[in-house]
Amino acid sequence: MNADNRYYWPHKDLLDVTQLSGMDTLHLLDLAASFQEINRRPLKKVPTLKGKTVVLFFVENSTRTKTSFDVAAKRLSADTYSLTKSGSSLNKGESLKDTALTLQAMGPDVIVMRHASSGAAAYLAKGLSCAVVNGGDGWHAHPTQALLDCFSLREAWEGRFAGRTLLILGDIAHSRVARSNVHLFSMLGTRVRLCAPRTLLPAGVENWPVEIFSDLSRAARNVDAVMCLRLQLERQQVRLLPDLAEYSRRYCLGSAHLAMAGTDVKVLHPGPLNRGLEIADDIADAPASLVLNQVAAGVSTRMAVLYLLATRRDGKPT
Amino acid sequence: MTLCITNARHLGAPVDLLVDGDRVRTMTPAGQHPAPDGCEVFDAVGLVLMPGFIDAHVHLREPGFEYKEDIASGLAAAAHGGFSAVLCMANTKPVNDTASVTSFMLERAAQSHPFGPRLHPVAAATVGLNGEGMAPLAELKEAGCVAVSNDGRPVENAELVRRVMEYAADLGLIFIDHCEDPRLAGGWLMNEGEVSGFLGVKGQPAVSEAAQAARDIMLAEYLGLPVHIAHVSAGLTLDVIAWGKARGVQVSAETCPHYLLLDDSALAGYNTAAKVSPPLRGATDREALCRAVKKGLIDILVTDHAPHAAHEKDGTLDEAPCGITGLDLALSLTWNLVRENMLAEADMHRLWCKRPAEIFRLPWNGFAPGDPADFFLFDPDEVWTPGPDTMHSKSRNTPFLGQNLHGRVKGHWIGGRRVV
Repeated sequence: MNADNRYYWPHKDLLDVTQLSGMDTLHLLDLAASFQEINRRPLKKVPTLKGKTVVLFFVENSTRTKTSFDVAAKRLSADTYSLTKSGSSLNKGESLKDTALTLQAMGPDVIVMRHASSGAAAYLAKGLSCAVVNGGDGWHAHPTQALLDCFSLREAWEGRFAGRTLLILGDIAHSRVARSNVHLFSMLGTRVRLCAPRTLLPAGVENWPVEIFSDLSRAARNVDAVMCLRLQLERQQVRLLPDLAEYSRRYCLGSAHLAMAGTDVKVLHPGPLNRGLEIADDIADAPASLVLNQVAAGVSTRMAVLYLLATRRDGKPT
Repeated sequence: MTLCITNARHLGAPVDLLVDGDRVRTMTPAGQHPAPDGCEVFDAVGLVLMPGFIDAHVHLREPGFEYKEDIASGLAAAAHGGFSAVLCMANTKPVNDTASVTSFMLERAAQSHPFGPRLHPVAAATVGLNGEGMAPLAELKEAGCVAVSNDGRPVENAELVRRVMEYAADLGLIFIDHCEDPRLAGGWLMNEGEVSGFLGVKGQPAVSEAAQAARDIMLAEYLGLPVHIAHVSAGLTLDVIAWGKARGVQVSAETCPHYLLLDDSALAGYNTAAKVSPPLRGATDREALCRAVKKGLIDILVTDHAPHAAHEKDGTLDEAPCGITGLDLALSLTWNLVRENMLAEADMHRLWCKRPAEIFRLPWNGFAPGDPADFFLFDPDEVWTPGPDTMHSKSRNTPFLGQNLHGRVKGHWIGGRRVV
């Protein structure tokens, strides 16, 4: 661990990686590494957060993130409660604010929220005294995904981010994962490339700290990692692409692309995967793939996030 | 009855204003003539004299949405903001697409504000604002509407826009055009640009406004008829308007103080108070609008007063409705532009009184003998803070809430009667 006795975790909430300094990030990743050891024990549970309550408030569907937070909390002995849109009064027309205030009145220490609206977690955090973790808000941010990606590549890259090149491939415009990763990896000194058809790039991307490509063969040259994004099939209703076959022909990551990349290139995907559409089937399962490492890293990273937020006391070291 | 306003400051010079009944008698340098015997005297030393403002674009929400605003509260805000007349848009519930709704609005205004501010309803261009069939414009004109618009819901069908322009022209009604290509702009929450890309929300490209403005300016040229472009927000739209004016098209245009003072960075942090339709654009658009207002390419200022209840704006950016209130703040915001030398005091007269009156064929006060005695006095140095105790609108959805503003109305006369 980068033990710095003077380090204080300063954040009430985790809403976006843009709020994190390099020191925050490295401290969190170090902590995640120590929790990873717990996850490898036969008995994967410690009493660290015994008596703490974590609410999993997932207004938008999720498998990985929600389960990962649930497992993370339970391994630290926190109690978890789960709430979905269909299972809450949101479905009866209750406002997000009132639902959240109701939840807070039950005294949770941390609320993890996923919501389809960009900014929803920030809105919630503004009104609540308990810690709020953004489990993904619209197209905006997915901080714990970026942190777990960072954790996964830190292991693969032996802790060296500077001088590396990460390619993010696919639907950047609608991706909270891409936005968070661009910021986090850039902050750590990694060069970031984006590759997508122009219809799937966000407005103003030319001012992001990235190189932009539309040709995957060029984009993949000499990169150290490729992060594929899920093609959001629901977006195709608005004619952003001619058809999926054409997208796959141009942007599906295959072995030919990896051959142009660095010798020890790694492949990441936040899931769920559309095999054969954005990532070739054999690549998803190849040794270069860190997809399952990401899932494991997710638990450790989220344990670290929950620990830091649930035990934070203003002005006191965590 | 005669009224004498003494020692007011008008365009930088001290003046006395003599009012006879509902008309201006004379405006002379201060102290030149003694006030007539028996005249009521108001010493306005330190105050600025302005003609009554005309706001050609407000939403008063009645009938149907009285919890946001009603005609009484909206006109109270207008009176305290220096507005002697307002044009109210048709997106009420029911929509103002029949004479009975227009009459209802006028009756409510007469009951609550018998001496003004004057209410001038704007007729819906299409039935129910649905963009499919033309509303009975002759009936609406006879009931008291002064213009026609589908404001709030742009008309996608160019053929229908053409027919509305033609039919309205026969009635002497001008078409106020909400320009927004709905297909280019569908589902937006803010301006499309770097800020929307960073925040991860769907943006509306500026070209969606400019493209439809171009279409309708070309239609106006083809038909030889006037068109008024509502709430211009984008620099590209200014280029289109300049092109139309250079070709002799009868095109006029409006923008709002908030487009001159704010850009889309005001939505950082998902600030719902700054969510407005059309959206706040980028910094270069804002600068272009300021230049266009100064040189007269933009003819008039309007507030696009769009009140919403606090609970409606208290939510996520996609839940919150579009709109900023304006009637209470317009004077101070415009005065801010004067204080920053972006506008002159004379520009305020042109933008808020003379040109709107000309475009919509309304009486106005140029302080010439016989002009309607619509005027107000304001303290240019008084600092105030918009908030629950200082605003008269029912709603306070403005990004300027809590800020210190300069300029406060101290007296307002409409038709020679004091209303504030």
